[in-house]
Amino acid sequence: MAGYTPATSEDQAAMMAAIGIESIDELFAQIPDAVKLGRPLDLEDGLSESEVYKRLQTLSSWNLNTEEVPSFLGAGMYDHYVPAIVDAITSRSEFLTPYTPYQPEVSQGGLQVMFEFQTAMSELTGLPVSNAGLYEGPSAAASAAYLAMAATGRKGLVASRGLHPHSRETLATHAVGFGATLTEVPLADGLTEAKALEAAIGDDTAALFLQNPNFLGSVEDIAALGEYATSKGALLIVQVDPMTLSILKPPGECGADIAYGEGQPLGNRLDFGGPSFGFFCAKQEHIRRMPGRIAGETTDLDGRRGFVLTLQTREQHIRREKATSNICTAQALNALGAMVHLAWLGKQGFVELGELLARRTDFARGQIASLDGFELLHEAPVVREFAVRSRRPVEELLHMAPDPGDSAPHLPVYPLGRDYPEYEDSFLVAITENRSVEDIEWLVHMLEHGQAGWGEHIHDHDEDGNPVETELVEASQGARS
Amino acid sequence: MSEAGTLTETPQQADRAVTIFEKSVPGRRAVQLPPAEVESTPLDQLIPSHLLRETPAELPEVSEPDIIRHYNRISRRNFDLDTGFYPLGSCTMKYNPRLNERVAALPGHARLHPATHPADAQGALELMYLLQESLSEICGLPTVSLQPSAGSQGELAGLLLTRAYHADKGRNPTKVLTPDTAHGTNPASVTMAGYEVVKVATNESGGVDMDDLRSKISEDVACLMLTNPNTLGVFDENIAEMASLVHEAGGLLYYDGANLNAIMGQARPGDMGFDIVHVNLHKSFSQPHGGGGPGAGPIAVSDRVEPFIPRPQVIKTEREGWDAYFDLDYDRPKSVGRMRGFQGNFGVFVRSYAYILSLGGDGLAEASRLAVLNANYLKTRMAEGRAGKYLPVAFDRHCMHEFVLSGAPMKKELGIKTLDLAKRLLDFGFHPPTVYFPLLVDEALMVEPVETEAKEHLDEFADAIEKILEEAESDPGIAQNAPYTTPVRRLDEVGATRRPVIRQPR
Repeated sequence: MAGYTPATSEDQAAMMAAIGIESIDELFAQIPDAVKLGRPLDLEDGLSESEVYKRLQTLSSWNLNTEEVPSFLGAGMYDHYVPAIVDAITSRSEFLTPYTPYQPEVSQGGLQVMFEFQTAMSELTGLPVSNAGLYEGPSAAASAAYLAMAATGRKGLVASRGLHPHSRETLATHAVGFGATLTEVPLADGLTEAKALEAAIGDDTAALFLQNPNFLGSVEDIAALGEYATSKGALLIVQVDPMTLSILKPPGECGADIAYGEGQPLGNRLDFGGPSFGFFCAKQEHIRRMPGRIAGETTDLDGRRGFVLTLQTREQHIRREKATSNICTAQALNALGAMVHLAWLGKQGFVELGELLARRTDFARGQIASLDGFELLHEAPVVREFAVRSRRPVEELLHMAPDPGDSAPHLPVYPLGRDYPEYEDSFLVAITENRSVEDIEWLVHMLEHGQAGWGEHIHDHDEDGNPVETELVEASQGARS
Repeated sequence: MSEAGTLTETPQQADRAVTIFEKSVPGRRAVQLPPAEVESTPLDQLIPSHLLRETPAELPEVSEPDIIRHYNRISRRNFDLDTGFYPLGSCTMKYNPRLNERVAALPGHARLHPATHPADAQGALELMYLLQESLSEICGLPTVSLQPSAGSQGELAGLLLTRAYHADKGRNPTKVLTPDTAHGTNPASVTMAGYEVVKVATNESGGVDMDDLRSKISEDVACLMLTNPNTLGVFDENIAEMASLVHEAGGLLYYDGANLNAIMGQARPGDMGFDIVHVNLHKSFSQPHGGGGPGAGPIAVSDRVEPFIPRPQVIKTEREGWDAYFDLDYDRPKSVGRMRGFQGNFGVFVRSYAYILSLGGDGLAEASRLAVLNANYLKTRMAEGRAGKYLPVAFDRHCMHEFVLSGAPMKKELGIKTLDLAKRLLDFGFHPPTVYFPLLVDEALMVEPVETEAKEHLDEFADAIEKILEEAESDPGIAQNAPYTTPVRRLDEVGATRRPVIRQPR
């Protein structure tokens, strides 16, 4: 058992004597025997640190990670380069180990980070009010719906089919509790269909949910689409990829009431999906209905500048059943990672990164579109992700072996079939600054192999046109028998 | 000392707060991007110009050393668990093992994309499966969903499961019972799940008032939400009877696992009759709190609730050519659906699973025993001297892992409130206990010392309280104006709410 508990047997004896008991069991006498476990837990005995490390290192080695294979997976989480200073700063005990800043006099570091984070997110989205963060992207959609219903007194939610499928599913789950109805607007040519959208919005519509770029990677005309909602008194809510806000028009300039999203692309590692953070920004008029923590600037008794958690009368620990949300965590450490990453990118670097993404994506899109057996699912403008249709069934295309029973790995792109049966023949390709032109060329070759069925007869060719052996991914597959 | 104007400013106080935005100098930068290696096509040829941003976001212009110095410097304005005692009731501020950080950062975990094909993520799925199994054994319930992001999301998930369970039976009860000692998230979650909160009173020994409970149970009750031990640190011995009353009326029992640290390996919510439990991995299972997140709030459920758990669920299956194959099961027709994106806070799962492996079944049980011993020892110390006189324990019996004191006599006789005592503790280098919760105790102070604190730290804390009360006897102004040594002194929270300044002005 690990040495995380300091009490020696002498300490324990002294403490028991002070309490006036002979055995610790006496303290547990208040638990009725009928509900006592009365046996050891059926778990292994504790291991040494080196054994635990080895066991988890072994498990981790069975995962094909983005250091082993160039990954083109996206769908809301992206393999950006996280600078070393993010690790250095987020691993400091002063940020890693405190609780929520309930005692502001000794929490100024964390509170100031929240204030800076709010400023940064407000800048990105073009909206004046930001909270200090939510759990992650899709559940922030549910928070936005809750706010919209309270603000409008209406119960209808309308979402574009271009909204992330996880966000739509999360909205549907929560709608049952909220007493809301959810209507979907179809896509056409990669974009939200304007006519269907107009028809879907009625007098009971609390909010319209759009995503930009949408799940297929397309840049939507948010201002034009949003007009259909706002003209009927519904809120316009936009889920955004924060990294693309470097170059795209911010939702605040497109008439959005709320912009929220998955924060992972900013300063957070992939972690197989979490923890990351959600962000949530809104127009000024919604400030007192915001979910989550908000830090505000103030002064101390002596007039020094300081920060506190503010507008707390919205929150569950004060308002209880009348709170604007049940959320009481801000994912503070993840938001810190984002703030450090944004400071590192800086005003200029952030824009340069956005431009780099758009140009490399355009390059990759053109390369893949020209391959035999592939075509673009849509021609709409994109920033960092695009959808491709394949002649060969996607599951066979991606499994890097001719035999379906083979334990070979899968080409890391995102098949659309589970979320969009209508695009069963398509997949998404995402680009980050970590994916070099060489990586893109590797993907192009792999797609060619896949289209040809991963058979022996397909070879790469060197500059002189001679066949060369193809390097397939040497995935570490220790789990396989 | 109580005259603010006569104080000498500490060096930390003299270092006024300046934001990273205010440190910006045009032209400075930290990043150097890799070359694009492709044509520099003008952006408006790729994306129509009316969809493009016209002016860049006003992010700071700073160098890398500027960033490191800025954040390291402001980090020192935080109190943290690694350097001081943090007896924050109901928050379980236990040591965060650094091994857990190391294994979470392994590339196979940290750089694994959540949409990786399950066949290429077998290690991650197996880890999740093993954590599910471990939490199932600890909670005494057969099925665990790891998906919820935090305790409050676990609560909401549990209530939506409750709704789905009743709907499946063709029922539509409208009420959820919660004791008046409940955490604030409980009633907030109840409302978000579309239920009505009905409060149940507390009896003189700190448990649920059984007569009040009986009078409120009906077929219109969807579920009873309880914490056991409750927020007073008391184990409710009537739990079995409560469970059968609620079950007989067709309702479910929900267990708020915030206080699980008291009973690991001693008693299990499932054996007490609970149907749904959420577990705070950032409390009992050592995930660092991060200054307010991240955490994770998995739920464990009984068989009757299992069909409704969120999807996808990690399952172990058979597959030709594999010893065992772990998969994500989406085919759950009665599932409430998703609570969030992807599979949950995997990085937290890695840390908590490492913690469970390190302690083992025996170690978890020992951790709870020592947490309860520490709490009772500190409670005993707090019954001595001035603390015993001015800060009586709210329910005078053996406690579990935490206990609640009332500062009412202190306020009446010394003129200092619980808030004043808390602020003065900061000058003594302690994080104060939770204050003004639970609501039914006047001037409440909720103390949870956890198993990773040594006896001498508990003694130092008790001594500090004694000293603060002693100085208050002669000059209550000392506590009333505290703290004095912190980076800032008491802050104007009313002003902050009245005129919210929540971002750096441009």
